[in-house]
Amino acid sequence: MHEELFEAMRQSVIDGDTAAASSLAEQVLATGVPPIDAIDLGFVPGLSHVGKLFGEGELFLPDMMLAARAMQKALAILEPELKRLATARVVVGRVVMGTVKGDIHEIGKNLVGMMLATSGFEVTDLGVDVAPERFVEAAREHNADIVGVSALLTTTMAGQRTVVEALAAAGLRPQTRVIVGGAPASAAWAAEIGADGYSEDAIGAVALARQLMGAA
Amino acid sequence: MRPRFELLEPALIDRIVDEALQLLMEPGIKVEEPEAVALLRGAGAVIDGDRARIPEAAVRRALDTVPRQFSLYNRAGVEAVRYGSGNVHFDPGSSGVSVLDPETLEARHSQAADLQRIVRVADSLGSYDAVSTSVVCHDIPTEIGDLYRLFVCLMNSGKPIVTGAFSPRGSGIMLDLLAIDAGGHAALAEKPRAVFDVCPSPPLTWSEFACRNIIDLGRAHVPSEMVSMPLAGVAAPITLVACIVQHAAECLAGIVLNQLAQPGAPIVWGGAPAIVDMRTGSTPMGAIETAMIDAGYAAVGKSLGLPTHAYLGATDSKVIDAQAGLETGMTALVGALAGIDMISGAGMLDFLLAQSPEKLVIDAEAIGMAQRLLRGISTPQTTLATGSFAAAGLEGRFLELPETRALFKHEQFLPTKIIDRTSRRAWLDAGGLDAFGRARVRVDELVARPVSAPDPEIAAALAECVRSAGAPFGLSADGVLPGV
Repeated sequence: MHEELFEAMRQSVIDGDTAAASSLAEQVLATGVPPIDAIDLGFVPGLSHVGKLFGEGELFLPDMMLAARAMQKALAILEPELKRLATARVVVGRVVMGTVKGDIHEIGKNLVGMMLATSGFEVTDLGVDVAPERFVEAAREHNADIVGVSALLTTTMAGQRTVVEALAAAGLRPQTRVIVGGAPASAAWAAEIGADGYSEDAIGAVALARQLMGAA
Repeated sequence: MRPRFELLEPALIDRIVDEALQLLMEPGIKVEEPEAVALLRGAGAVIDGDRARIPEAAVRRALDTVPRQFSLYNRAGVEAVRYGSGNVHFDPGSSGVSVLDPETLEARHSQAADLQRIVRVADSLGSYDAVSTSVVCHDIPTEIGDLYRLFVCLMNSGKPIVTGAFSPRGSGIMLDLLAIDAGGHAALAEKPRAVFDVCPSPPLTWSEFACRNIIDLGRAHVPSEMVSMPLAGVAAPITLVACIVQHAAECLAGIVLNQLAQPGAPIVWGGAPAIVDMRTGSTPMGAIETAMIDAGYAAVGKSLGLPTHAYLGATDSKVIDAQAGLETGMTALVGALAGIDMISGAGMLDFLLAQSPEKLVIDAEAIGMAQRLLRGISTPQTTLATGSFAAAGLEGRFLELPETRALFKHEQFLPTKIIDRTSRRAWLDAGGLDAFGRARVRVDELVARPVSAPDPEIAAALAECVRSAGAPFGLSADGVLPGV
């Protein structure tokens, strides 16, 4: 019934057009379209489409980033109304993430964060050069289901192990899952350090997180 | 700024032209065709047996009438290649006698179906501005081999065509085929789709066949491309500079003949020279010195205001290996930086004997990179970097800036999956193939695409023309025409 509006939402995300996505979200508030429908039938399919084409090599990192950002902006506008209607989206899981201490690379982490945030996860991004204690603190504070630890350098990837150990020492394991990512990481490395998973890319990370939450 | 590569000082170019003009007088040019001799005599050449001594005045007159630019058109009649424009174009190498079998890695005799495959691959790849009559078709009667190759190109591609005739008779029917495609001989003369390679013989010889070709093509106002091939130390002096002088003399003689036949006819200063390997006597096309001769003679041609061509981007390797990659990439880059209008040679292995569609798809990536280099470093924004920082701040999330998405395809050449830039894991997941393995997959994908075929009436008329030309030589009048 609001197919045209939903189509415009999909397109705004596909185009990475933040202004259009925001204005469509405002329109939802003004016209009384259920915001949950706007998200599930409008914005999310747009992002899924971009993600699919990215996986096929037809779209590129900047397309993904802008699409995720447009979606994020629209969600921020819809969020208060969702809360008011008490129809807040089901939170698939709570994620705390950051790049390990001594490492300031964040492109991959940001992309994963945005993809998770737009896929129903509540994401707390701690930024870069994050100490193990900070991961522990934030995991506790936000009642995290998953801690995502990024590292780009072979010299800093050992920090991923330190985070796993710190969480264990704080008594947060195994209920708090740990996922690792970054160029030097691998599934074997994740297993070796006792983490719960690894993904090659942002789309895989969402699938992994959903699977860990039993939402696959 | 367009990146340029210069091997010759202007003063040296002058000396090269000066010595080439001297060679035209002493020892002169060997001309083996009566009409060519008569034309040259009429232009003031001194004829001494089969030797013509061509005076500078005749050369200067010819250079005055040669077009500095001309275009080739695609099937739709749209300008697709502009010789002399400063743009560098690439096409697959011509006239291989075998193809590299991707299964067995053997070089087997090429057939019409192989040519069809090569043409379809070249037609579908943006790196190739033209297709070419890339291989000889051994399953076609020799007498119509040249025109049949052109026929296969016309039936499988809409791009301009780099071709050549094997005999004067062939060249006549080839012009008929092109006229059918263009909608008449007048339309063909106005918007030529093909350029014909014509080869002088080293040293300093214009054979009967080459003379006939360059005169007839000129009269039909069909573009000709001289492929002069000094072979350093064997069919030319050993020094690179001497090869450039010999090349100039052979091509100047060709221009005189061509312009005497038809002033203003389009003609290209081209070649396929090589050094000679002193261990084996072979003529390596992948040698850096071969590329240097090309870049050198191209500079001479440009100094005379002429459109240029060279044979680069080929390899002497027998298979698609590291040697193939490095020789192809290095020589294509030299040709591109030398600003050569048409660079032939892609797809070729083994001293231009073998073609390979798989190499063609790999070479397309090298060409894409070379073309990217030629576009240079541009300044698409008002500021160079400060504006970007104003938008992104010290946090530096450049990947999220709209400018990143708007500009990255201009700033970067996007290779296909032929160039592996994935992680080891993703590479293994995709089969762990090397470039040759990936190319095999891609060739299959490309040839499965819809064919760029001519309109059915045109196709029927082309087939009719080929059948009637082939009938005396055993081509079946109603059987299947292979490769179309």
